Amino acid sequence: MKRFWITLYRVLKAGVINFLRNLSLALPAIAVMSVTLFISLFLYIANATLSNTINQISNKISISIYLSDSVTNQQLKEFQTSLSKLPNVKSVGYISKDEALAIYKAENASNESLLTAVNETNNPLPASINVTPVDLNKIQDLKDFINQKKYQKLQDQQLGTSYAGDRKQAIDRIAKATTVMREAGIVGIIIFALVSALIIFNTLRMAIFNRRDEITIMRLLGARPWFIRGPFIVEASIYGIISALVSVGSIKLLFTISANSLQASSLGLLDISFSANYFNNHFWLLLGVQLLLGLTLGSLFAYIATRRFLKLKTSK
Amino acid sequence: MILLDRVSKIYNRKSTAIERINLHIEPKEFVIVVGQSGAGKTTLLKLLTREEKPTSGKIIVGGVDYDKLKDRDVPLLRRKIGVVFQDFKLLPNRTVFENVAFALEIVGMGTKEIENTVPRVLDIVNLKDKANSMPDELSGGERQRVAIARAIVRQPKILIADEPTGNLDPKYAWDVIKVLEKINRFGTTVLLTTHNQDIVNKLKRRVVVIENGKIVSDKTNASYRL
Repeated sequence: MKRFWITLYRVLKAGVINFLRNLSLALPAIAVMSVTLFISLFLYIANATLSNTINQISNKISISIYLSDSVTNQQLKEFQTSLSKLPNVKSVGYISKDEALAIYKAENASNESLLTAVNETNNPLPASINVTPVDLNKIQDLKDFINQKKYQKLQDQQLGTSYAGDRKQAIDRIAKATTVMREAGIVGIIIFALVSALIIFNTLRMAIFNRRDEITIMRLLGARPWFIRGPFIVEASIYGIISALVSVGSIKLLFTISANSLQASSLGLLDISFSANYFNNHFWLLLGVQLLLGLTLGSLFAYIATRRFLKLKTSK
Repeated sequence: MILLDRVSKIYNRKSTAIERINLHIEPKEFVIVVGQSGAGKTTLLKLLTREEKPTSGKIIVGGVDYDKLKDRDVPLLRRKIGVVFQDFKLLPNRTVFENVAFALEIVGMGTKEIENTVPRVLDIVNLKDKANSMPDELSGGERQRVAIARAIVRQPKILIADEPTGNLDPKYAWDVIKVLEKINRFGTTVLLTTHNQDIVNKLKRRVVVIENGKIVSDKTNASYRL
């Protein structure tokens, strides 16, 4: 067991020394691996941000059924109860004529002439029932229900029902953008992962070539394959660790700069302040995942490269 | 200690490196294998260190039957055989001490044990005072003695020296040969390949002559003429 730890220590030490000696050779590999990890982290945060945006907008959407002034309390209660029994209904609320007026006045508090005009008339605003659907994409059933004859006559003939059409379109747009971004990001990650694999292969191939005498000596002295291969894998794992740190650092820098210099709360569809908060709140988790990802990619590529280029088997 | 039974190594139809060689070497023997360049000496040694597998025939070294040897056990076999090369194969960026210690690091020996063992072996090859020198500060003969120290530091039962004097002036060549004789006196079987007629004739040991991949002569206390 002691021998195992001594050997492990020597393999790690050799890996670190080789990495330092090979630094100039390693820089391209680190650069492209950093880009790969940067894209994956950015994509992850953007995805979380857009999901959040969709959720927020979705929660604000409700169907408003404007009621005719002649609706009795009995009719209102029956309508509300039957609506709340529908499977696609999350909640049912009621805004009376007086409440509607109060809300209208509050929203237009700065517009005095409008307020004066409203005060002079007998409250023109209708009472309404607000329905929040569970799934916005399945409101057709709800529409059919509301449009039944017995309920139609309860509704204000001029205003009818508002299905918040504009917001639904916005949600669809964001959802579509999210899908496109996710797909493009995955393609990007795959391409950059392949490029970094190729560059790491090449870097290790050169490192193996530079150390061919050392490798021959190790083999002939009876070194186990892992003793020979280990330092190369340690070396590539260090590429992975550095790349993970660079990617997390770059994201941090990106959010700091966009939040401070641009004074912008969003980059296109992306809510930067949410992204920055999300990143800061999950900093250690994201850093850990990136480190794990970097280590896994680096050691996996090195394992494949050393299998391919280190000829450790006896020729027949 | 070493047994080769009808061993052949054929690389392709036009090139047969070794053909049906029979060779038996007893423990503690000092055997010199001679032959022109390309005669098959190096192939023979590569078969013994299992760098190459024979096309046919049986090889047994130190009780290990190579037919039954699995790839993963090859490192263990090589730890029992010390090898010295014509071009030394020292690590240029490590000191003499570190080069010798390297053979012990590979097998997982502890640092303290290494610090005790290496000076003793450097003493055997008369290089105790050069422990901190770099290889490029040494003469050819000294470098080869470092290589020998590295080969014997794990006390192998067999030492294979592939033309160890090939790159050396006669003066240094004898220093190396004397060290090999000393190691043999300690009980290690030595297999030396050379085409230095002078060395062969002065050593008066068992001489195996290889020509075109075949053993054409195998005599004890023999001399050799090119």
